[in-house]
Amino acid sequence: MDHRPQAWGRPRDDVYGPYDASYLQTSGPKTATQSPVVTGTSVIAIKFKDGVVMAADNLASYGSLARFTDVKRLRPFLSTSVVGFGGDVSDMQYLDRHLTELAIDEAYEHESSAAGTSGGAPGGQLNAANLHKYLSKLMYRRRNDFDPLWNQVLVAGFDGAGKPFLGSVDLRGTAFAAPSLASGFGAMLAQPIMRRHAATDADAAALSREQAVQIVRDCMKVLFYRDARSLDRYSLAVVTRDGVEISEDERLEQQSWAFAERVRGYGTQVV
Amino acid sequence: MAAMFSQNPLMNGPNYSFNDAPRSNAPDGAREHRFDPYADNGGSTLAIAGADFTIMAGDTRLTSGYSINSRFHPKLFKIGGSTADQKDATLVLSVVGFAADGEALKERLDAICKMYRYRHGKPMSVKACAQRLSTILYQKRFFPYYVHAILGGLDEDGKGAVYSYDPVGSYEREQCRAGGAAASLIMPFLDNQVNFKNQYVPNSGEGHALQERERRPLTRAEVEMLVKDAFDGAVERHIEVGDGLQMMAITKDGIEEIVLPLKKD
Amino acid sequence: MPGFDFSNYNRNVALHSRGVPLPKATSTGTTIVGCIYDGGVVIAADTRATSGPIVADKNCEKLHYIAPNIWCAGAGTAADTEFTTALISSQLELHALSTGRKPRVVTCMTMLKQHLFRYQGYIGAYLVVAGVDPTGTHLFTVHAHGSTDKLPYVTMGSGSLAAMSVFETQWKPSLTQEEAVKLCADAIEAGIWNDLGSGSNVDVAIITADKTTLKRNYIKPNERTQKTKSYVFAKGTTAVLSEKIIRKEDLGKFVSVHELTGDDGDKMEVDV
Repeated sequence: MDHRPQAWGRPRDDVYGPYDASYLQTSGPKTATQSPVVTGTSVIAIKFKDGVVMAADNLASYGSLARFTDVKRLRPFLSTSVVGFGGDVSDMQYLDRHLTELAIDEAYEHESSAAGTSGGAPGGQLNAANLHKYLSKLMYRRRNDFDPLWNQVLVAGFDGAGKPFLGSVDLRGTAFAAPSLASGFGAMLAQPIMRRHAATDADAAALSREQAVQIVRDCMKVLFYRDARSLDRYSLAVVTRDGVEISEDERLEQQSWAFAERVRGYGTQVV
Repeated sequence: MAAMFSQNPLMNGPNYSFNDAPRSNAPDGAREHRFDPYADNGGSTLAIAGADFTIMAGDTRLTSGYSINSRFHPKLFKIGGSTADQKDATLVLSVVGFAADGEALKERLDAICKMYRYRHGKPMSVKACAQRLSTILYQKRFFPYYVHAILGGLDEDGKGAVYSYDPVGSYEREQCRAGGAAASLIMPFLDNQVNFKNQYVPNSGEGHALQERERRPLTRAEVEMLVKDAFDGAVERHIEVGDGLQMMAITKDGIEEIVLPLKKD
Repeated sequence: MPGFDFSNYNRNVALHSRGVPLPKATSTGTTIVGCIYDGGVVIAADTRATSGPIVADKNCEKLHYIAPNIWCAGAGTAADTEFTTALISSQLELHALSTGRKPRVVTCMTMLKQHLFRYQGYIGAYLVVAGVDPTGTHLFTVHAHGSTDKLPYVTMGSGSLAAMSVFETQWKPSLTQEEAVKLCADAIEAGIWNDLGSGSNVDVAIITADKTTLKRNYIKPNERTQKTKSYVFAKGTTAVLSEKIIRKEDLGKFVSVHELTGDDGDKMEVDV
């Protein structure tokens, strides 16, 4: 019997032949994460008069397998911002741990009770625009190291001037902001719907909370109809100056499959 | 450089002979999935130097593939002001290509210019900043910033100055330059309208003996019109250009910024 | 021998294996849609044709005639949609003459899918086939590989998802003609604004049992902006190195000459 620690938990050489330890090699070129495994699909968000609405479904897919159906992909930050994650779920969980740590440090450094000015982040704490910048630098650093975090992230909350903020960062560190944003499939399916209601910041500022929530719900329905990696259960977050409200057990309502009843076959079939 | 952003099929095609063509050893169908650290975010920029001003311009569309990421993502940045709002900045940097690299490059150059200003108590000259930008780019020679940068300002004599760069730091002072996706559409227009290339004085001779039309400095109003028409033209014929036109005019009185609408289709 | 000429196939394979890319075809990177309503069917298309990132044609026609009561919207390789629809149109006309009956939409769809399947996707035609015949109103999509779909509302092309977002939020089982036209036009507009492969104008065709109405440039939301100045050059600005004059009267010997009349938009855009 081989009792050296290197052999612990390994198949016995005398039974299974010599163990292939090549994957344990620490010398040679570094090989980092190179593709996503368990993934979340679209995240969508739209600004309105007093804040931002964001939504993402609760599914984590393993390729084409609907692997986990209760995954929370919207995360609050300091109860003033919301971060929505698309892409690799393990990288999402790493970022979540990292952001939780950051939030705790922030809370220690800046007493939240001290400020609480006109909503948004309490005095000196990171607001959504700051967080967006922070995440863009983090993601860009990781892409420079050829060890990317395989996510597209939406950040919602308020900027330094107290206006609603909505930004996006992807795995290459490309960062941008817009009145409405969507990652993944949502960029093609949901964004046209949201842009019709909020083409500019001025349009978005004319939307009420109820309107914005309804638009997002409509988009989630279209995504469920047309995105094969989506789910009819989703999380919805509303960020206002009063704080963050996340409900993680929304269900799609009033689906319409009316078109199906008269469909017969795909070509010449009539019955 | 030219080949990188060129639409010319001859330049984008194989620049090697058949025998040198790389042959893959991988078995058919087997493909290695690798992370590509670069993306092309489209858009176009343009800069023209005048007698006592420089005009910089860029569209505000940010694309990836056939999608529009944002209809307002500026490509022009004031550089080296003493505060974050860049109120007293004297230089403008435009970056087009890969947006994340552009942002990183801008932040780096801005930090350096701010340090210079803090240490020397005066803003960096365009000439000095231009040289510094070149070294910043060359420092990443083997993992380049995938951008076409243009730096604009006023030189020591108060004349307009435009410096344009390739992604690894080769640079040149020029009268005018177009960069980015529609550079190959805009640059010939600029050659003709700013430097009067291919224009001759009528009846000044026969054939090759014709006299070239003499260059004259353009006024600011004329330049602004050319910029607007150049972008309207680019929007018509290039799918990645559109949404908004951001223009910055650098004069001795400071930097004026104008944003105009462009077609959104 | 009719049909395609494959004599250069082996040469092309040899070149391709040595790294020579295929020549780039003009693609109609496109949004096309179709929608059935009570009493007929509407199809619509944008009018942008692209070659890579360059706009090749700002106002091209993507609605193709098949038969008086059958029309086709095409996406994919421009030449393939053009020739495939023309070929099937011709065959269908002969078929109609020989049978003495109006062509059927299913016949057209079956001929298209069999033709495209035979070429295993190499004919890059993605089509929306619509029409009204004695058996009723029909709407199909045909993919380049030969598969077909039959649905009350369909979209295709690079802007298909943008257009589908409109149908999925606004479609209802019973529509009037006006509602169907508005829905299709809105779907195309979603493609025009949100998809870079689509742009310019909206073309619409309405097919009913009695007649087909083609509304070319039904909406023109992208008129070119006025130039800020005139770019007319003084006569003599361009150097003339050698000269040979052919008079207009003699031009007819070399090419066929058509005089353009009026301002019907066919004239070249020239500054004055």
